[in-house]
Amino acid sequence: MLTDFGKILIFFIIGALFVAAGMFTAWILRPRRPYPGKLAPYECGEEPIGDAWVRFNVRFYVVALIFLVFDVEVVFLFPWALVYRGLGLFGFIEMAVFLLILLVGFAYVWAKGDLDWDKPRPQVPHIERPTPTKPEVQKEAEQTPVASTSTTH
Amino acid sequence: MGLLDQRFENGNVFVTSLDNLLNWARLSSLWQMQFGLACCAIEMMAASASNFDIMRFGIIPRATPRQVDVLFVAGTVTIKMASRIKRLYDQMAEPRYVLSMGSCANCGGPYWQHGYHVLKGVDRVIPVDVYVPGCPPRPEALLEGIIKLQEKVRRESLVKKSA
Amino acid sequence: MTAAEILENLKAKFGDAVLESKLEVLQPWVLIAPSRTKEIAFFLRDDPAMQFDYLMCLSGVDYNNGKLGVVYHLFSTVHRHKIVLKAQCTKEDAHVQSVSAVWGTANWHEREAFDLIGIVFDEHPDLRRILLPDEWEGHPLRKDYKVPEFYNGMKVPY
Repeated sequence: MLTDFGKILIFFIIGALFVAAGMFTAWILRPRRPYPGKLAPYECGEEPIGDAWVRFNVRFYVVALIFLVFDVEVVFLFPWALVYRGLGLFGFIEMAVFLLILLVGFAYVWAKGDLDWDKPRPQVPHIERPTPTKPEVQKEAEQTPVASTSTTH
Repeated sequence: MGLLDQRFENGNVFVTSLDNLLNWARLSSLWQMQFGLACCAIEMMAASASNFDIMRFGIIPRATPRQVDVLFVAGTVTIKMASRIKRLYDQMAEPRYVLSMGSCANCGGPYWQHGYHVLKGVDRVIPVDVYVPGCPPRPEALLEGIIKLQEKVRRESLVKKSA
Repeated sequence: MTAAEILENLKAKFGDAVLESKLEVLQPWVLIAPSRTKEIAFFLRDDPAMQFDYLMCLSGVDYNNGKLGVVYHLFSTVHRHKIVLKAQCTKEDAHVQSVSAVWGTANWHEREAFDLIGIVFDEHPDLRRILLPDEWEGHPLRKDYKVPEFYNGMKVPY
């Protein structure tokens, strides 16, 4: 008498009611005494200074954008996978063409370097006063040539 | 105020059974804000470790005051730190409790006479529910303090406290 | 180098800035003028025979006779010798020249001496309180210090 979708609807409704009942019970039972000290933003016990909105690096936006595009592609793959048996070779070739077009886009994004996460560039500290040595050791070090290692910056 | 919290004038069977349920739920999961300041923090860590294990009481250490029920002040409270403790206590959500662990948090401890920057007892800035004496208190003493706190929670009620 | 040789070197270079010394104790010390600590420190650090490159400790002292002082413990990692320098000043005119340009660690040590004893270090790049809150009044480790009754609403003494 109830379709399959109807059963899922009942499931969702009962789930929502379950959560709502729990939250309502908590709401009527818990104390609520707000005052300015309690509502102040948390900053490890200090007076909060500055804004809570900080600037993010743009690499996160780039990764999210590329992920979105290929996630939509995957969304198209799901129903195709369900009816694949009825489609046969035609379905296979059609989806292969679709994936190939998107693969070209993927290869372009990869080759352009948009998938590279920024490599860390360690700053080697420049020491003004090196560790002092005894005068005789210093003289010996100056006479014998030492192969220097180049540091990348 | 919550709709039912502290609204009842006198108790009845519904309120007492609800009280029991609520208090049992709250005392079995007293999440703590670990505030280890000095040597008592080591004993608090020892109590959290496997030999004494306060997690079997349902006590989970959290880092933020918003998600905790009890603040364990473990160690010497300096005057510079006292204003931060006050702010953190203000930011805790009710029902909230404070357990003062060790001599320094109870009354200034060994620094009571000459400590120019030690707060002589954390109860000069926040209200304390349980005092655990010791310098430092052994983990078993801390566990007894926790059990005393649980007994205090068990006595809480939705009935309005009349003066 | 022994302490006597170090003292000889110092006296030869800065005759009048070296005031007193005591060499037969466990930690031989040399008293220097408080207004010339920086040049003496530069000499002790850079001279190849002495090379005191490690300032082990810098402490402020209240001698309870109206004088304040600073004690420097120096060590040479190259030559493995130690010396103690002392500089004294009066409570009214508590000024000692800063050595934070010579050894970087002296920066915070001098801030602590200023915070707790009240010695002002001339030419210090950032002289402010380090342990106590910035609005604290008084210098606690002086012998005549009185604990305040209240600070920010909290009772301080027992």
